[in-house]
Amino acid sequence: MYTQGLDSLGRDCLHQGAADTAALESHFQAKVDADDKIEPKDWMPDAYRQTLIRQISQHAHSEIVGMLPEGNWITRAPTLKRKAVLIAKVQDEGGHGMYLYSAAETLGISRDQMIGQLLSGAAKYSSIFNYPTPTWADVGAIGWLVDGAAIMNQIPICRCSYGPYARAMVRICREESFHQRQGFEIMLTLARGTPAQKAMAQASLDRWWWPSVMMFGPSDAQSKHTAQSMRWKIKRFTNDELRQKFVDVTVPQAKFLGLTVPDPALAWDEAAQHYRFGEIDWAEFHAVLKGNGPCNRERLEACRQAHEAGRWVREAALAYADKRRSSAASAA
Amino acid sequence: MSDQEREWPLFEVFIRARSGLEHKHVGSIHAVDARMAIEHARDVYTRRQEGVSIWVVPSSQIAASDPQDADALFEPAKDKVYRHPTFYAIPDEVKNL
Repeated sequence: MYTQGLDSLGRDCLHQGAADTAALESHFQAKVDADDKIEPKDWMPDAYRQTLIRQISQHAHSEIVGMLPEGNWITRAPTLKRKAVLIAKVQDEGGHGMYLYSAAETLGISRDQMIGQLLSGAAKYSSIFNYPTPTWADVGAIGWLVDGAAIMNQIPICRCSYGPYARAMVRICREESFHQRQGFEIMLTLARGTPAQKAMAQASLDRWWWPSVMMFGPSDAQSKHTAQSMRWKIKRFTNDELRQKFVDVTVPQAKFLGLTVPDPALAWDEAAQHYRFGEIDWAEFHAVLKGNGPCNRERLEACRQAHEAGRWVREAALAYADKRRSSAASAA
Repeated sequence: MSDQEREWPLFEVFIRARSGLEHKHVGSIHAVDARMAIEHARDVYTRRQEGVSIWVVPSSQIAASDPQDADALFEPAKDKVYRHPTFYAIPDEVKNL
């Protein structure tokens, strides 16, 4: 049902006549238009398959790399409760990576191929995780802002045309809301604490605000995949629409915390019923994406190290399973 | 990756959400054997009491119908409306039927 032989299905179809392909494509698009789901064994255009593989695997990598900035604080969480919560949250991120790799594998790419692409630097992951977490408040800011932005992005994907991706997203969104609320609660505790604690929360908002706003990706004018992805119903809203929604819901939350959003141009537009915000530093966005963010090298290095350190475990587990199977066979 | 490592086999995971319900497919998991697949499925798919029982099946062992055969397989059921109770006209006065 999952993975094996699925990619050959798509490729076989490429060898069919142009007329057949056109018929298959119009049948496919009609299904998508009717809000029907596409499932692993259904015919799909090769470009749809490749777009999904790229998007789902990048999403999975982001979850895996996303464990690193917060994992940094597990051993230094201020209380036992905070520590238990943070461990649960980081474990969830790992789980989300697993759901997504599992969904991507239904498209005919193997887990090892995807991990290989991450470790070689060929695959991208969300730019946000290349920023450092120097204080405890960053754990709060990540939950509140980064997970908040992720939820904004992910809720529409629950209705994505590709069944396995949509189902994985339903599961993920259910868990993300715990992440966002625990983050906000950390910020609230700091904001209501000593002046030093409040200053720590403000400094963290100053650091994470713009990277969070950038998480929605390039502006609509610059986004080359948006139109096609919307036609395929992989995407339901444009980057700028989602970014605007995020700013609109988050600014009042910052006000409640008594913190200041680090954007002097931020202003409420009564006529449009939206917050207007300042120009995004796209040079920074592209630099981080290209590998020149503050922590890109460190993150990839940590992933490679974990992979190498785990190699003997993976090999030993396989060898042990082989041994058990052969001794069970000879006992029978 | 630099060298060829053997990938852990893939298992499909089915979970019974509550006693009395059927097992439902939730996703897949890599593991060296069925026992490890159940342990990993527990960690990945039931962190919030989503289940009381887990089945795992090697993905390679699942045979599935081809979507292109859907008409041949399921079309014949469409014209047999007499299999549904609403097909039969019963006078309103008749009760408990």
